Amino acid sequence: MDFNFTKKQHLLKQTIDEFCEKEIVPYADDIDHEQIFPEKQIKLLSKMGIMGMSIPKEYGGAELDNVSQTIIMEAVSKACASTSVTMGAHTSLTCFPLVAYGTKDQKQRFLPKLASGEYLGAFALTEPNAGSDASNVETTAVKDGDEYIINGSKIFITNGGKADLINIVATTDKSKKHHGISIFTVETKKAKGFEIGKKEDKLGLRGSNTNEIIFKDMRLPKENLVGGIEGMGFKIAMGVFDSGRIGIGVQGVGIAQAAFDKALQYVNEREQFGRKLAKFQAMQFYLADMATRIEAARLLCYKAAFIKDQKKKYAQVAAMAKLYGSEVAMYCSRLSLQIHGGYGFIKDYPLERFYRDAKITEIYEGTSEIMKLVIAANLLGKGF
Amino acid sequence: MKIVVCMKQVPDTNEIKIDQKTGTLQREGVPSIMNPEDKHALLAALNIKDAEVIALSMGPPQAEMILREALAYGANKAILLCDFAFAGSDTAATSYTLSKAIEKINPDLIVCGRQAIDGDTAQVGPQIAELLNLPQATYVQKIIKLDNEKVEIQKETEIGYDIMELNLPALITCTNDISEIDYPSLQGISKAFEENIETWKATDLKADKERLGLNGSPTWVNKSFTPTHQRQGNILKGNVKELAKQLAKEFIRKEIVKE
Ligand SMILES: Cc1cc2nc3c(=O)[nH]c(=O)nc-3n(C[C@H](O)[C@H](O)[C@H](O)COP(=O)(O)OP(=O)(O)OC[C@H]3O[C@@H](n4cnc5c(N)ncnc54)[C@H](O)[C@@H]3O)c2cc1C
Ligand SMILES: Cc1cc2nc3c(=O)[nH]c(=O)nc-3n(C[C@H](O)[C@H](O)[C@H](O)COP(=O)(O)OP(=O)(O)OC[C@H]3O[C@@H](n4cnc5c(N)ncnc54)[C@H](O)[C@@H]3O)c2cc1C
Repeated sequence: MDFNFTKKQHLLKQTIDEFCEKEIVPYADDIDHEQIFPEKQIKLLSKMGIMGMSIPKEYGGAELDNVSQTIIMEAVSKACASTSVTMGAHTSLTCFPLVAYGTKDQKQRFLPKLASGEYLGAFALTEPNAGSDASNVETTAVKDGDEYIINGSKIFITNGGKADLINIVATTDKSKKHHGISIFTVETKKAKGFEIGKKEDKLGLRGSNTNEIIFKDMRLPKENLVGGIEGMGFKIAMGVFDSGRIGIGVQGVGIAQAAFDKALQYVNEREQFGRKLAKFQAMQFYLADMATRIEAARLLCYKAAFIKDQKKKYAQVAAMAKLYGSEVAMYCSRLSLQIHGGYGFIKDYPLERFYRDAKITEIYEGTSEIMKLVIAANLLGKGF
Repeated sequence: MKIVVCMKQVPDTNEIKIDQKTGTLQREGVPSIMNPEDKHALLAALNIKDAEVIALSMGPPQAEMILREALAYGANKAILLCDFAFAGSDTAATSYTLSKAIEKINPDLIVCGRQAIDGDTAQVGPQIAELLNLPQATYVQKIIKLDNEKVEIQKETEIGYDIMELNLPALITCTNDISEIDYPSLQGISKAFEENIETWKATDLKADKERLGLNGSPTWVNKSFTPTHQRQGNILKGNVKELAKQLAKEFIRKEIVKE
C-alpha cells in the first residue's frame, strides 16, 4: 500500500497546478460569463503536450499513466470546468477509443494530429432517442462499395461544433441491437454531408461547446470504421465510458476542491456578530464535512486510475468514483455557496459558477442512476 | 557557450506561515519549489541559442526535484552538490562551495537569481563572483547581446536602468524580468527522469574543508522574529497657520521635503 505519487507525478502536479493558477484561473469567470470557448487555454495545453497525454509516444503523444492523467484532469477542473470538459472530450472520449481499438492505419492517420492539438476531437453517441439507452442509436451506416453512407443526427455533443475529428456511434445493423453498433471516425472538414446544428445554451460549462451535429448522406471511407470490424461499437463505447468516468469523477473533485478553497479563505475573512465565520461551529462542521468527502472522492478516483494502470478490472471502482465524485461536487459547491451567503449568489464570486458547473457531472457519461445500475450489476452478477 | 545557472530549492513562501510565538517558519507540509528568480534565470539561459546550459544546486538530496525540473525545461545537464560536509552553510560557505564547483565546470557565463525567497540575502551571486575574481552585474533585467567575448546587459536601478558590458567569463544575478514564465512540456518531464543527475561531494571539489558547512560559516542566527511596527494617527490642533507650520515641520522630520 502506498499513497505517494512518484517523483515524476509530483513534478507533473506542481507544473500543472502552477500553469492552471496562472493561465486558466484568471480567465475562468470570463469563459463562463461570456461563453468564450477556451481556445487559448487549449492551445497552451497542446503546447505542453497535454492534448496528447493519452496517446502513445510512437504517435507523438506523451503516453501518460492514468494516475498522471487524473492529476491533470483534477487540476484543470479545479481551475475551469469548461476547459476541462473540452480537454476531456478530446483526450479521453476521442483519443482513447482510437488508441485502444483503432487499426494501425487509423492510429497513424489520426493520432499524431490529435496528439499535437492540430485536431480537436469529439465523441458522439447521444441522440434524441438514445441517451442512457445507448443501444437505441438510430443513426445508420450503410455500406456502399468502399464507403459507408451515414444518416442521422447527434445531440449534446461536447466540441461538436468545433471538432476536426469526431468518433460517431451508428448502427450498421439495427436488427442486432447493440451487437449491430459501430463507431466511425469523421474528419469534419473533409466529410461531405457533415453539418453543424444547434449550439446549446446551458446551465453550466458555459464556455464549452455543446452542439448538435447532422449527417446527410455523409460518405466515409470504409477504413474509418474504428477497429475495422462492424458491431464492435457498443463494446468500444462502454470501454470509453468506463475509462472516461474516472475523468468525470475527478472533474467533480476538482470543482469541489475549488469551492472548498474559497470557503476556507472566506471563513477567515468574513466577520459577523463580531467574529470570524470560522469561529462558528456550524461553519467548522461544513468545512470538516466538505474536506472529508473531497478526500474520499479523490481516493476513489485515484484508486480507479491506479487499478487501470495495473491493467486490472476497474469499471466498478470507476463507476463509484464517478457517482461519488459528482455528488461531492454538488455537495461542496452548495455548502461553499451557503458559507458565502448572498455574495455566493452573485457573479462577482465564482461560487455560483461552481454550483452550476457541478450539476452536469451527475448526468453525462452515464447518469448517477446508471452508475448505480453498473455498480449493482457488478455486485449481483450479470444474470440478475 | 557554456552557461551555469545556480538554483536553490526553497519553501514556497506564499504558503508558509510564521509561528507568531517562536518567530520561526513552519515548514511542515509546505511545498518546496525552485526559487522563482532562478527559474527565470534558467529560462533566460535556455533562450540563448546553442548554449550548453548546466543547472547547479547545493542542497539536501530532495533538491534533486528542482534539478529534474530544470532538465524538464531543457537544461543539458544537472549537478547536485550534496554532502554532510556542506550542512549548515551560511552564505559565505554556500558561495565558496558553489564557486569551487563552478571552477571545475569552467563556464563562460554564470546566471544566479538576485535573491532567494527564504534566505533573502542576495549575497550568494556577488560572493561567487568575488571568490572567482569575475566581473559581475546584479539586478539584471535583460540580456541584450551575448557573444564569445562579452555580454551586454540591462540592469535595474532605483531610478531606471543601466546598460553594461562585461567581459566573459562573468556572473550576473537576475530579476524575474529577464524572461517570460514558461512551463515544461510532458515530454520534457518524462525526459527529465530518464537523465542522470551528477552528485558531487566535498572530495570532488578540491575544496578547503575549513571553509565548508558549519566550519566555514561565520554567521550565527541568534533569533529570528517578525518585527512589528504600528502606525499611529496623530491629530494636530490649532489655527490654520499653526497647523501649516506643524505639518511642514513634520514633513521635514520625516524627510518628505528638505528644509
Ligand atoms: C453538457 C453536456 C455535454 C454532453 N456531452 C456529450 C458528448 O460529448 N457525447 C455524447 O455522446 N453525449 C454527450 N452528452 C449527453 C449525455 O451523455 C446524456 O445527456 C446522458 O447520457 C443522459 O441521457 P439523456 O439526456 O437522454 O437522459 P435520459 O436517458 O432520458 O435520462 C432521464 C432520466 O432517466 C433516468 N434513467 C434512464 N434510464 C434509466 C434506468 N434504466 N434506470 C433508472 N433511471 C434511468 C436517468 O438517470 C435520468 O435521471 C452531453 C450532455 C450534456 C448536457
Ligand atoms: C544569517 C543567516 C544564517 C544562516 N545560517 C544557516 C545555518 O546555520 N544553517 C543553514 O543550513 N542555513 C543557514 N542559512 C541559510 C543559508 O546560508 C542560505 O540560505 C544560503 O547561503 C543562501 O543564501 P540566500 O538564501 O540568502 O540566497 P541568496 O543570496 O539570496 O540567493 C541568490 C542566488 O544565489 C543562488 N543560490 C543561493 N543558494 C544556492 C544554493 N544552495 N545552490 C545553488 N544556488 C544558490 C541562487 O541563484 C539564488 O537566486 C543562514 C542564512 C542567514 C541569512
